[in-house]
This record gives sequence, C-alpha cells and structure tokens, in this order.
Amino acid sequence: MPIGIGPYLVVSSILLVVGIFGIFMNRKNVITILMSIELILLAVNLNFVAFSGQLHDLTGQIFTMFVLTVAAAEAAIGLAIVVTYFRNRGSIAVEDVNLMKG
Amino acid sequence: MIFAQIFFYIFAAILIVSAVMVVTSRNPVHSVLFLILCFFNAAALFLIAGAEFLAFILLIVYVGAVAVLFLFVVMMLDIDFTELRAGVQRYAPIGAVVGIILLLELVMAVGGWKIAPAAAVLRMSPMPLGISNTDAIGRILYTQYAFLFETSSVVLMVAMIGAIVLTHRERTRSKSQNIARQNARQPADTLTMMDVPIGVGVKQLGILRPGPALAAPGEKITLPETDHVAVTHKPGAH
Repeated sequence: MPIGIGPYLVVSSILLVVGIFGIFMNRKNVITILMSIELILLAVNLNFVAFSGQLHDLTGQIFTMFVLTVAAAEAAIGLAIVVTYFRNRGSIAVEDVNLMKG
Repeated sequence: MIFAQIFFYIFAAILIVSAVMVVTSRNPVHSVLFLILCFFNAAALFLIAGAEFLAFILLIVYVGAVAVLFLFVVMMLDIDFTELRAGVQRYAPIGAVVGIILLLELVMAVGGWKIAPAAAVLRMSPMPLGISNTDAIGRILYTQYAFLFETSSVVLMVAMIGAIVLTHRERTRSKSQNIARQNARQPADTLTMMDVPIGVGVKQLGILRPGPALAAPGEKITLPETDHVAVTHKPGAH
C-alpha cells in the first residue's frame, strides 16, 4: 500500500463523524438517516480495507464483504419498512412513528 | 508513489465533501446522488489500498443496487421534504457537538496508537504472493470462510423475504388470471343441455336469456332463430 495507515484512519474517522452528524441533523427524515448509516458502514469498511492492506492480511477484506452483505440487507429491510409505513400513514416523519407508544 | 498520494488526497477530499453534501443537501435526490459519488471515491480508495475485488463489489452492489434502491424509494414516495427539514437548525448544534466530541475522542485514541510488533505474526490469512487479489480472496472465501459465506447468504435471503412480505399487498381492484380456477372449470358448470320440443318458443319455455338492447318500439325485430337458445340438445341426434 503506497499510503500509510494514518491518512486512511483520518478519512474514515471523518466519514464516521459526518455520518453520525447526519443522523443527528436529519432527525425527521428516515431516508437520510438510512443514508447516514450507509456512510458509517462505509467508514468501517474503509478501516477494514486499510488495515488489511497495511498488514497484508486478507481477513479484513473478507470481513468487509460480510459488512457489505449486512448493509445491503439492512438497506433493503429499512426501505421496505419506510414504504410500508408511508403507505399506511402517509408520512415518514420519525416523530409520527408512535403507534406502539414505545 | 507520489501519484498514488496525490490521487489518494483528491479522492479523499471528494469523498468527505460529498459525504457532507449527503447529510446537508436539501433535496433527498441530490443526497442519493452524492451518496453514489461517495461510493465511487471510496472504491478508488479501496483500489489504492490494494483491494481491487472489493472496490468493484462496492461499485456493483452499492451503486448498482443499494443507491438505486434509495433513489427509487425517494422518487416513489410523495413526501414533502421541506416539512421534514423543519428542525434542522434546532438539531444541527447538538449534532455538531456530538460529532466534535467523537472526533476528539477518535483523535486521542488514534494519536497514541501504533501497530503492535506482534501483529505480523498474528495474521489469520496472509496475502499470498504472485496471485491476484480476487484469486486470493476466492481461495480463502470458499474454504476457510465457507460457513460465514453461507451464513451471509441466509442473511440476504431473510432480507429478501422480509422485504417482499413487508411490501406485498393484495390488489383488490385489478383483474388477474386465476389459473387453477380456470383449469378446474367443467362444461357442466356453465352449459345446460335442454330438450326443446319442435315448434315451442323459448319464451314459452322460459329460457330466453337477456339479449342485446332492444330496438325502438314499432320496429320489427328479426332475430336469427338459432341465437335464442344457446345449446339445444336434440334427442336422438347422437
């Protein structure tokens, strides 16, 4: 790997922080929250790949593939819930999701 | 080497800027498009780190499937997104404070960190020399990690079935073909065989079906004789 591990860690840290900031900032919009979660998982993947390249160990890349799988499944289920909720209630605002009185 | 560094910083800058645009964009369609740009740049960073296979998997799976799914949902739902952004000014300072605290913690954690000398010995699957990245991943993914690979396929199947179950709905107004009912239909269900004596009108037998709309009164109606009775069974014909 021509770049050291440091720049990768900085980039993935910033990406993680941006994702968390996005969750806090778009508290009402479920779709943007799901996109922020994708950013956070991308930061995790970047970390795995950077360490894998640095240590010459393929386990990180294998694990990244499983993270990608779980992230795709999470996005599919999350968007399906959003679509179903919008069909039933006509809104996707997070504050309106209080049917279960949790 | 210097080219790799230049490209790394270009791609990293675009990655971070587009990530910021994802969370701050007013239009969710723009957010999704910036998310796609994010994935492209992350794939470039993966390439620089030497993970060619994962870079293209990221492009194919994320840009090809997940981001398009997001785009599809954003465009399909009729949502007033300006109303959803009402509390952004209120929530942004909290998010900024949490983000800054987290970033400081990460800086403190990473700042005093270095790779342990024993890390090279503890590698689970060192990269073999002389073969490509895809080849190396394939060699251990289907042998050493076969169980995890199949578990992830089960996860994907659960997600697929869950998404279908959640979004499937019976359409009551649309007319669809019921093949089983169609195949189970017998001639006796719809046709009635009747013995009609010669010279008896269908009105007298009471088997006149409601026909087409009648003409104006006074006009003479001439109907073909065979049209009145759908099926006549003549005794002795067979």
